[in-house]
Amino acid sequence: MSKKPVQFRLNGAERAVFVEGGQNLLDTIRRGLGDTSPKWGCGQGTCGACTVLIDGQPHLACLTLAEAVEGREISTNAGLGANGLHPLQQAFMDHFAAQCGFCTSGMLMAAKALLDRNPNPTRDEVIEAISGNICRCTGYEPIIDAILDAAKRRAA
Amino acid sequence: MTLTVETVPTVADAARRLGTGVRYLGGGTLVMRALNYGDTSVSTILRSSDPALTRVETSGDRIRIGAGVTMAGVMASRDLEALHPVARVIGGPAVRNMGTVGGNLFADPPYGDFAVALLVLDAMVQVEGASEVPLERFLGERRGLVSAVTIRRPERGAFRFRKVSRVKPKGIAVLSMAAYLPGAPGRITGARIAYGNMGPRPIRVAAVEQALEGRGLDAGTIASAAGAALQGVSPQTDPIASEWYRREVAPVHLRRLLEAQS
Repeated sequence: MSKKPVQFRLNGAERAVFVEGGQNLLDTIRRGLGDTSPKWGCGQGTCGACTVLIDGQPHLACLTLAEAVEGREISTNAGLGANGLHPLQQAFMDHFAAQCGFCTSGMLMAAKALLDRNPNPTRDEVIEAISGNICRCTGYEPIIDAILDAAKRRAA
Repeated sequence: MTLTVETVPTVADAARRLGTGVRYLGGGTLVMRALNYGDTSVSTILRSSDPALTRVETSGDRIRIGAGVTMAGVMASRDLEALHPVARVIGGPAVRNMGTVGGNLFADPPYGDFAVALLVLDAMVQVEGASEVPLERFLGERRGLVSAVTIRRPERGAFRFRKVSRVKPKGIAVLSMAAYLPGAPGRITGARIAYGNMGPRPIRVAAVEQALEGRGLDAGTIASAAGAALQGVSPQTDPIASEWYRREVAPVHLRRLLEAQS
């Protein structure tokens, strides 16, 4: 099977990896590069568990062709906590915003994209920002509270 | 099976390359999903880096939207302000950064809400290498490589859109409706009404348009439009809603759309 080299930055580090034709970015990050923080959920763009940031914007890694991110900057949840817990991760812990944890990684990346763009969001803006991410455990309230709290902590 | 990816410089190159087993990849929300679910009919994924695909251009009273403009791109365009509320209710933020205007024309129900809005704005579809075709006709065939969609610049306040979902704030549409009512609340000239998820593809609803044409948007007109809401419409039963449910709620939502302050 013919493989193609792809180069991009993953959480600030230059990475190069061989991908198969049609391989998606999620597979590439998880199996190719060993960063298992983005999760495989539905594979069809419904659940948001695979959310990563591409050049700062949220994207679904399972629906992104790996070859399409040549030269781009990818951020995952593993990068968020590289130097101790990120304020969002700490707030998720404090508010019990993770139960089974499967959605957490995608939630955190969707929340990071929001706070990077809008450091002081309203509750409705938080709800909108995570509207593409499904959580089947928490009922969302602890997640929304955690994101609002993280925004407050970053401002303080 | 081995999949190959080909990236070509222009849309014209891409159109020439289309054929059996060759699928054009726009934002990925349709093609990559198909691959994830084991679609073996695809042997080649085609991409193009043509900058024309992502441009929005205005000329006179027409606006040309490149097929590769994403929903986020629509929301970032001042020329497309009337369509911002439509783009905003499609997917979550990640899907909006990926899904494109061109791709939306190929989305089967329960998706394709953007096409519903385009239908009432006299959208013409530019298929590469062919002449422009009206969107309504294109949706019946869905062939060729779409390079752009052009719409009429909407008259201020004349365009309305409603996506009805059971899950808030974001859910799959039970149905969606768009209206273009130039002149309303006074005498309406050139009424356009379209539904999504009320059949196998987005449709114009001629009976409702006729009920509105040439009349003011008063209680009597709205009542006769609501009375015609289901004429010529064959809604489907799917996991989102039954045919019966869609028939029950469509006239109610049409009434609300027409009664809403623009």
